[in-house]
Amino acid sequence: MVDFGGWDMPVQYPAGTIEEHLRTRAHAGLFDVSHMGEIEVRGRDAIAFVNRLTSNDVAKLADGQAQYTALTTHTGTVVDDLLVYRIAGDHLLLVVNAGTTEKDWEWIESNHTGEMVQLKNVSADYCQLALQGPDAESILRKLTEVPIQDIRYYTFRPGSVDGVRAVISRTGYTGEDGFEIYAPAARAEKLWNQILDAGNTGSPTGVLPCGLAARNTLRLEAGLALYGHEIDETTTLLEANLGWICKLDKGDFIGRDALARQKEEGVKRKLVGFEMTGRGIARDDHEVVIGGQRLGKVTSGSPAPFLKKNIGFAYAPVEFAAVGQEIQIDVRGRLVDAQIVKTPFYKRAK
Amino acid sequence: MANVPEDLHYSKDHEWVRVDGDQAIIGITDYAQNSLGDVVYVELPKAGEEFGANEPFGSVESVKAVSEVFTPIAGTVVKINEALADEPEIVNSDPYGQGWMIRVKMSNPGEVDSLLTAAEYEDFTKAEAE
Repeated sequence: MVDFGGWDMPVQYPAGTIEEHLRTRAHAGLFDVSHMGEIEVRGRDAIAFVNRLTSNDVAKLADGQAQYTALTTHTGTVVDDLLVYRIAGDHLLLVVNAGTTEKDWEWIESNHTGEMVQLKNVSADYCQLALQGPDAESILRKLTEVPIQDIRYYTFRPGSVDGVRAVISRTGYTGEDGFEIYAPAARAEKLWNQILDAGNTGSPTGVLPCGLAARNTLRLEAGLALYGHEIDETTTLLEANLGWICKLDKGDFIGRDALARQKEEGVKRKLVGFEMTGRGIARDDHEVVIGGQRLGKVTSGSPAPFLKKNIGFAYAPVEFAAVGQEIQIDVRGRLVDAQIVKTPFYKRAK
Repeated sequence: MANVPEDLHYSKDHEWVRVDGDQAIIGITDYAQNSLGDVVYVELPKAGEEFGANEPFGSVESVKAVSEVFTPIAGTVVKINEALADEPEIVNSDPYGQGWMIRVKMSNPGEVDSLLTAAEYEDFTKAEAE
């Protein structure tokens, strides 16, 4: 167990990270991500308020839809990345990172001015279980009356999962199909055990409980950013290739002007994916060496259990950021060859 | 419970030493491989390199972490386990056998007597786990 933002979290379960990762790609994995924070925004101006604080366009959401977005600073850097759920036109739920929940809460409150909204940090009320992998739908179908085959990607429905009142969201952080299930915190253990049972845990093709390490390797293969690594208050959304969640023409929002300026001038550095071509594993904070010069840093580096390669994300000057660029990673004093590749590293077959 | 063979010497850094004449074979213990999880990469020195006691001679990497491995005793590397380059997982499956790491010519063969016995090492890991 490790301390993760004040939560005791298992890094891995007995099967081990590699098996957990592979099982999620082939069948299903279950992740307890109850540490994630939930902030409720209710009131007439809920959409306008959240739209002013985030970079994507909340006004585009219909009831029952979710959106990936970011809370931005005035310089276009990232306070946090999050999901916005539109429950109703006057009721949004923001799902934020665990380690940043307090900071986000203060940021959101301090930027609350005239709008008619009530804010509530409801993190402690919810558990969140993520059931991910190609078998996720067939497992969950055994436990709910909700027609989950009709829940499309990035939409959600309220419903009951084996008697537990829940919100079922077709979202995830693994690159696989799957669901994130929000339920009352007190029912977490019951729900966890029921999903494991329904997914034949213990069988070689059954659902496996997965820890933080597999959650990290799965999201990395899928090319997804992790707050505190690829994005933070020193990186802008454009540098992090998150221009697709910057809706510069939606109206004003915090950081819009800075992002518009940066878009016009062009970024100087860029987040890139790389693959080790020499023997060695890049790790977080290792330096990137290009043409003998130290020009960037690894933000996430790890073996990729499904791809069976050693991969990572790093920031590199934009003139050296093209796919195919040869780079080196300083692995504890040893320069190991690597190459910039396309991301996502892994994309599931449709 | 971790396997701790009787006939080996142990370090507090979780390496084992098997004496073979004036040479010694070094690897990591069952307890160590179990704590690390799936080993995905092993970095070893080259034959001919010389190490003092308790110096790092390489590293073992799991998906999540890198751990240095130390020489419990001083010596010169005469051979490394080349098989670990392609099959690092042997360190998990057979830590005291096929998963050995280096063979050294001991600088001071008497040094092994300062290491832990199997019983002492077992007590040490129990205390560490608590």
